[in-house]
Amino acid sequence: MSQLRELYQQVILDHNRSPRNYRPMTDATRKVEGYNPLCGDHFTVYVRLDGKVITDVSFQGAGCAISKASASVMSSTVKGKTTDEAESLFRTFHALVTKGPEDADIETLGKLAAFAGVNEFPARVKCAILPWHALRAALEEKGSSVTTE
Amino acid sequence: MTTSAIHDLETPAQGILLCRHHFPLLRQWVNGKPLVYFDNAATSQKPQMVIDTMMRYYEEENSNIHRGVHYLSEQATQAYEGVRKKVARFLNAGHEREIVFVRGTTEAINLVAASYGRTSVGAGDEVLISTMEHHSNIVPWQILCEEKGARLRIIPINDRGEILLDEYEKLLTPRTKMVGIVHVSNVLGTVNPVKRMVEMAHARGIPVLVDGAQAVPHMPVDLRDLDADFYAFSAHKMFGPTGVGVLDGKTHYLEAMPPYQSGGDMIKSVTFERTVYNDLPHKFEAGTPNIGGGIGLGAAIDYINQVGLSAISAYEHELLQRATEAASEVPGLRIIGTAHDKASVLSFVMEGIHPHDIGTILDSEGIAIRTGHHCAQPLMIRFNVPATARASFAFYNTQEEVDALVRGIKKVREVLA
Repeated sequence: MSQLRELYQQVILDHNRSPRNYRPMTDATRKVEGYNPLCGDHFTVYVRLDGKVITDVSFQGAGCAISKASASVMSSTVKGKTTDEAESLFRTFHALVTKGPEDADIETLGKLAAFAGVNEFPARVKCAILPWHALRAALEEKGSSVTTE
Repeated sequence: MTTSAIHDLETPAQGILLCRHHFPLLRQWVNGKPLVYFDNAATSQKPQMVIDTMMRYYEEENSNIHRGVHYLSEQATQAYEGVRKKVARFLNAGHEREIVFVRGTTEAINLVAASYGRTSVGAGDEVLISTMEHHSNIVPWQILCEEKGARLRIIPINDRGEILLDEYEKLLTPRTKMVGIVHVSNVLGTVNPVKRMVEMAHARGIPVLVDGAQAVPHMPVDLRDLDADFYAFSAHKMFGPTGVGVLDGKTHYLEAMPPYQSGGDMIKSVTFERTVYNDLPHKFEAGTPNIGGGIGLGAAIDYINQVGLSAISAYEHELLQRATEAASEVPGLRIIGTAHDKASVLSFVMEGIHPHDIGTILDSEGIAIRTGHHCAQPLMIRFNVPATARASFAFYNTQEEVDALVRGIKKVREVLA
């Protein structure tokens, strides 16, 4: 049960219930679809860029609590950051969910640290990372869709 | 006790429960709770008898079959070919030469699509399948149709998950060259009226392939009565090992069909100028087969016969009924698949909760279910859901386990509230 509580932390439950930045963006610089064929999670991530600064991020779609909350927390966290800062956050977040809190510089993560419990559930790592893959593809102009497979 | 003794007991439920201890895997605990295994539609657990038979084969009989003149090869050949007879008897097949061993249902369908399909389906022709097919009974036909310029047509279903027979009738035309239909849906649990559907297709001279993967472990299947031209199933879903399955095909089709794969064992003679193919069923069995797996399938059939498919079917129906009634009372839960005639599968979605979260939370209670699209993405689209949670039952499951599932589902709501 405690492991389950670690996974479904209040921050995650809250962002799942009321996702932030959950809207389409008509003036997006780029948008990318993220799709997990295994579980049917499907999100579109929109970004607006001013040079290297991410001025706005939003998303829409459907998925599990982990992926939806991840998209929501990600969107609030990277807004106003530069693309390099977003990439650095992704790397830390990736280390957190794949290797655990000992291997990640949690101090820099803010609310993203709520996903620490995902590390104990290998089948759910893809859920947490899916929105980030979409975001990175948008920032790097790598096509218009990504999958976790 | 021996399993045959269960027939002396008063009710199927009493007798069936005594069989549970034949499955060593079910004794374990997961996440601090006794394992509740409800992922039987994905694969079933194996009774000790199957495990022991396969171990004995490798310890005492292992040898390559056919053509060997030494003792072990004869033993192994007898054991392996004996399973063919066993399968034919088990399903009341027309003849043992119609029993082709394959890797599983998927390979069986690929064999028919590649061999029968390539030679019988042409430009402008149609292949007819249903909305509730597993990807394994969609993609091989799709590839065939693309290659031949033929058209894949889809039999619609109603909101309960039942085939619309009137629509099916309309879709059977002179252009239809093949019908592929699942016997029991792996997502909805619907038992399709395959006998009727075969009759309707045969009235127009159209052959029918039935995907029996989810039917054979759960109900008596009589192939002569069904009269399907091809019937496919997998051993691992019927308490046997992975990697072996059966394609039953009518002799006149199999005789006319070209080989699917070629090489050793499927030939009578080979020169650099010409090869003469082997007789049925060996024409379709190139290379050394999964001998140990085939022998395991034989043991699984013996085991099922001892328990009795009628008792299995009746008992699983009780489990399904109890689960369905309890699940129906959970607020916000919707059952996907409410056909009148159903077998051993309960698919559901919960309002505002993704199936993946249901699966993770149930797993923390030691309950194994499957979540996702269950290799039936077009069916997910039909029901307008991204995925479902699916509990699928076998005769070794208990009413108490069904109750644990329902408690688990309530916990899902608590955790995610």
